[in-house]
Amino acid sequence: MKILYAYPTLLRVGFAAALAYRAELIIWMLTTTMPLVSLALWSAVSREAPLGRFGPREFVGYFLAALVVRQITGSWLIWELNYEIRQGTLSQRLLKPIHPLWVYSASNLAALPLRAGLCIPIAVIAIFNASFTQNFSLLAIFILSLVGAWCINFFAMTLIGSLAFYLESATSVFELWLITFMMLSGYVVPLELFPGWARNVAQVLPFRYTLGFPVEVVTGLLDVHVATHQLAVQWVWAAGIAIAGILAFRAGVRRFGAFGG
Amino acid sequence: MRTAVTVRALTKIYQVHERPAGLVAALRSVLRRQTKAVVAVSDLSFSIEHGERVGFLGPNGAGKTTTLKTLSGLLHPTSGEVFVADYVPQRRHPDFLRSITLVMGQKQQLIWDLPPAETFDQNRAIYGIPKNTFAQTLGELDTMLDIGSIANKPTRQLSLGERMKCELAAALLHRPSILFLDEPTIGLDVSMQLVVRDFIRSYNEKRGATVLLTSHDMDDVASLCPRVIIIDHGKLKYDGSLDKLVKTLRQDKRIVLTFTDPPDRASLDKLGTVVDFGPGRAVLGVPQTNLRDAIGHLFTLTGIHDLTVEDPPLEEVMRDLFAQSKEQDDRAS
Repeated sequence: MKILYAYPTLLRVGFAAALAYRAELIIWMLTTTMPLVSLALWSAVSREAPLGRFGPREFVGYFLAALVVRQITGSWLIWELNYEIRQGTLSQRLLKPIHPLWVYSASNLAALPLRAGLCIPIAVIAIFNASFTQNFSLLAIFILSLVGAWCINFFAMTLIGSLAFYLESATSVFELWLITFMMLSGYVVPLELFPGWARNVAQVLPFRYTLGFPVEVVTGLLDVHVATHQLAVQWVWAAGIAIAGILAFRAGVRRFGAFGG
Repeated sequence: MRTAVTVRALTKIYQVHERPAGLVAALRSVLRRQTKAVVAVSDLSFSIEHGERVGFLGPNGAGKTTTLKTLSGLLHPTSGEVFVADYVPQRRHPDFLRSITLVMGQKQQLIWDLPPAETFDQNRAIYGIPKNTFAQTLGELDTMLDIGSIANKPTRQLSLGERMKCELAAALLHRPSILFLDEPTIGLDVSMQLVVRDFIRSYNEKRGATVLLTSHDMDDVASLCPRVIIIDHGKLKYDGSLDKLVKTLRQDKRIVLTFTDPPDRASLDKLGTVVDFGPGRAVLGVPQTNLRDAIGHLFTLTGIHDLTVEDPPLEEVMRDLFAQSKEQDDRAS
């Protein structure tokens, strides 16, 4: 597989680019610190009385885990795709004998070490101030769920970004995705605190599987049986969105005007 | 193997959104979007043999870039057939993409904030070039383009000429056999234009590569391309040798005089059309049939320092061709 030969270099160059854009990356990372606001709010509320299974310590664990999961599974491909399709600069990627999504994915993953740099102190704080699962099976499911969450995010951004082949701009559609993500992923409020019907809606949509699910696994809110079942659901979502994203990109390339590019 | 490039009855039509200016038109376009079919290329056919250097000419909007993008697989033809290196470009087979390159003078593939060396290495990985072949090719490109001293500076800090040299290197690392060059010398100063021209010629000669070049600079075309394909409004207007085109369209020659003592302008007027008359230099347009007599007469004048006979500038030849083609179109419509 030629991609196996190319990928380490793509990651290395992607890392060099991430270092060159480190200021932008840090600012972008700071915009994803919403869980800290939620943490302050919900910790204060739960000091009066626990909310379901959530006391202050549980909220610390949940939202610091949410911050870490968001940092290492996020994708900003939508902005790149939207720009490159509109400006025609996608042409340069299409001229290469490797699918552009491989190169985009390497560029996304290459920024992980930098993002992990921010996550390490948060993870250390979280470990000392909250309780996380010690169960080996749940920890393994957590790792797999991070991969699944990254895939859903990356390919959802591919799918939405590919709309730029058809629309003036795909970023407004992304805003819709983002708002729904905020409400139904467990990013702002743990889904366990939602009314039953809202939880049921969240269970069947992909948003929870990009954040709430891995966080619930690592904080021990799910048992192994439920977590395994939901991991399967997450991976079905990941596969479905990946197929949809790749097909949407392929269909878009057929009508790509390459204007200006 | 068939020809390097075969184009048969290629037509490319874009659906372009359009609306008049103003608020009402803007609101109306929300409800009902008007589109217009724009024919960029129409029934275009030509073929290019392996190793040829061909100039692809036409005025702005003639369909040159659309054709190059179709040949490189970026655009899907509306109708017609295209084969490049025996592949159908729009299928974008990896082996096809390894056999071609498209250099666009106004767009770049270099990573803006990293040194070109990083883009070179990325291309090495993407094209699966073995490390020793990569080092050898890069060495050859360095010899031809002298990029060694600039390859490790961030791209954003390079001059336009330095960037273009690195762009060419990045585009040719995988040793493509077919080069589509869209305005590769645009914006470059004269000395850098010469460097790029020499490079294209030597790459073509060394590797036997096929070159299809568009350029607004007719000197590029005259010095590089024995054959030209000319299109206007997406249609083929001429396909043949540059010499033949000039001879067919223009029966006159240019006599360039340099002098220490200016000749009488009226005496030059009698010999032909005075195109330029300045201190120390004059250019005279003379019909081919009168050339011998005119030269004979000019030698009798005092103060003439030097005399050369040239073809009319290619820009003028092209202008005549497009004017002729416009007249034909007007008559037809």
